[in-house]
Amino acid sequence: MRKLRQLNNSYGDDKVIDACSIFGAMNTAGKRFSGESVIKAIANMHDRGNGLGGGFAVYGLYPEHADLYAFHIMFLDNEDKQETEGFLRKHFTVIREEEVPTRSTPAIKNTPLVWRYFLDVPQNLPENLSIDDYIVAKVMEINTGSNNSFVFSSGKNMAVFKGVGYPEELAEYFRLEEYQGYLWTAHGRFPTNTVAWWGGAHPFSILDWTVIHNGEISSYGINRRFLEQYGYQCTMQTDTEVIAYAVDLLMRQHNLPLEITAKVVAAPFWDEIERMPPKEQKLMRALRQVYSSLLLNGPFAVIIARQGEMIGLTDRIRLRPLTVGEKGDMLYLSSEESAIRLICPDLDKSWIPMGGEPVIGRLKKGPNPQDITGGERLSAGKSV
Amino acid sequence: MTDTRDSAVNIDASGVHYRELNTRLRDIVTNSNRKIELRNVYGQRYIGTNLNKPIEIEIFGTPGNDLGAFMNGPRIIVHGNAQDGCGNTMNEGEIIVHGHAGDTVGLSARGGKIFIREDVGYRAGIHMKEYRDKMPVIVIGGTAQDFFGEYMAGGTLVLLGLNLGEGKNHKARFIGTGMHGGVIYVRGNVEEYQLGKEVGVTDLEESDRAALRRYVSEFAGYFDFDADDILSHKFIKLYPRWLRPYGRLYTY
Repeated sequence: MRKLRQLNNSYGDDKVIDACSIFGAMNTAGKRFSGESVIKAIANMHDRGNGLGGGFAVYGLYPEHADLYAFHIMFLDNEDKQETEGFLRKHFTVIREEEVPTRSTPAIKNTPLVWRYFLDVPQNLPENLSIDDYIVAKVMEINTGSNNSFVFSSGKNMAVFKGVGYPEELAEYFRLEEYQGYLWTAHGRFPTNTVAWWGGAHPFSILDWTVIHNGEISSYGINRRFLEQYGYQCTMQTDTEVIAYAVDLLMRQHNLPLEITAKVVAAPFWDEIERMPPKEQKLMRALRQVYSSLLLNGPFAVIIARQGEMIGLTDRIRLRPLTVGEKGDMLYLSSEESAIRLICPDLDKSWIPMGGEPVIGRLKKGPNPQDITGGERLSAGKSV
Repeated sequence: MTDTRDSAVNIDASGVHYRELNTRLRDIVTNSNRKIELRNVYGQRYIGTNLNKPIEIEIFGTPGNDLGAFMNGPRIIVHGNAQDGCGNTMNEGEIIVHGHAGDTVGLSARGGKIFIREDVGYRAGIHMKEYRDKMPVIVIGGTAQDFFGEYMAGGTLVLLGLNLGEGKNHKARFIGTGMHGGVIYVRGNVEEYQLGKEVGVTDLEESDRAALRRYVSEFAGYFDFDADDILSHKFIKLYPRWLRPYGRLYTY
């Protein structure tokens, strides 16, 4: 593709037409499928990215270890690995560990070590600490530690695969066509204000939350400082990281339903609030006051996922695109409709959601119902 | 990938990169005036760009962003939906979409016509303009999302809302924000709060009705609707209250 660009660009221009690409596919009946179609779809939006980041999140990935926390960790060298493995053994029971399988491809260079660890949590946790809180704290300790180790994902029965390259190249590198999952998200990166490195590729993740993002969070500084008060440390040098921690704080720690969380990060305008019925007005005012520091300012289209759920959301004035496709149990979210049509030409329904209004896909019956918390389970594609 | 046996030139666009596809289109248009049929189109951008002839291109699939960007003459018919930036800065020609279209339909258009059978996304007609006989027109059969006609400087937008259902209004907010030229005809009604502060609302005059009938008849012809039926409904006209709303913004 890059070769073609050189051959056929008779104008000799250097016009950059890039923007990130985001794609999500979910089987709401929980049926697992290979990454092949998702790779094909994200590769179709190749020209949106520039090869400086690509990544995938997969859910329903490790059913054989569904009760264990699957840590995918990147190490810049072997010494970092030794040290972090010591840390893991001290704070967890390591049930299984292995290098994440890769195949060498010419496109992916300067590869760091990426290993996965299936961890059990010790029984004797302090009383005021939930297991999830414990995981978050340990992830933060690894990420902020003096050695170069970064946790790509830390949830159950899911993982993040990411790095520097085009997404389809990273899929080849990580052999993603060999995996099965019922929910896949994929990202092709065009870095705007922040550095392109393996940790800065999307998805960003904590526990089983993952976020992929097209846009720029100009409220990053405010969001980051607010999240730091709750123990979240931003270490990936990229704005999107705050979204992963914000949803963990709002939905897991503060128990807010998804529909309310969407109204925090993409709050309705004040004049819109004034036209709402009194009760709703009171709620929206309270949200804007309590969580003003978690309002995401700037353009964004995101796909947020966790076990059993996939959410598409754009900023209130839709400065980045998001389109939806539905076919039977399948729900697709994408920057461009063509990527969906390529792998599913005969959609039942194809539509474009309003800015600030989440599109939600939920499992009808989960492979791990114990992992699915909160909210009424809607069928795929109900917009709120 | 090209089959020239039929009267139309058939191109299978499967897996063909947009640069290669558009180069091929330029070659064909340079050497003939025949109609072109593109099949298996999945996201190739800029189709119709730099083809300065009134040829016809029929697309089966989902053309990519900036369909007909800077287009000057061709007629494009899409059997499917259009993505973002459809008709970007087009100068002359027509785009007819048998489906919906994404954001910024006809952005900065300076001529030509766009007909969308169903809905359009955000910012349709943003900064459309006109000059003398160059009068771009966009007719939308469904409804529009926010910022419809934003910064509009000229031309005509027609919003029909045929899929809204009886008694339902368009939901778009910030309609005509920054509007300082052109005209918008809306079938049905909109509330005051949905309009940008630069926008005035009035009834149609005789000259408006004549123009509207022309555009709606053309729309109805393409998509098999009854123009009289569409026109029998109440329309309102949105217009810019000032031609230079920000004329004094940077002067002291």
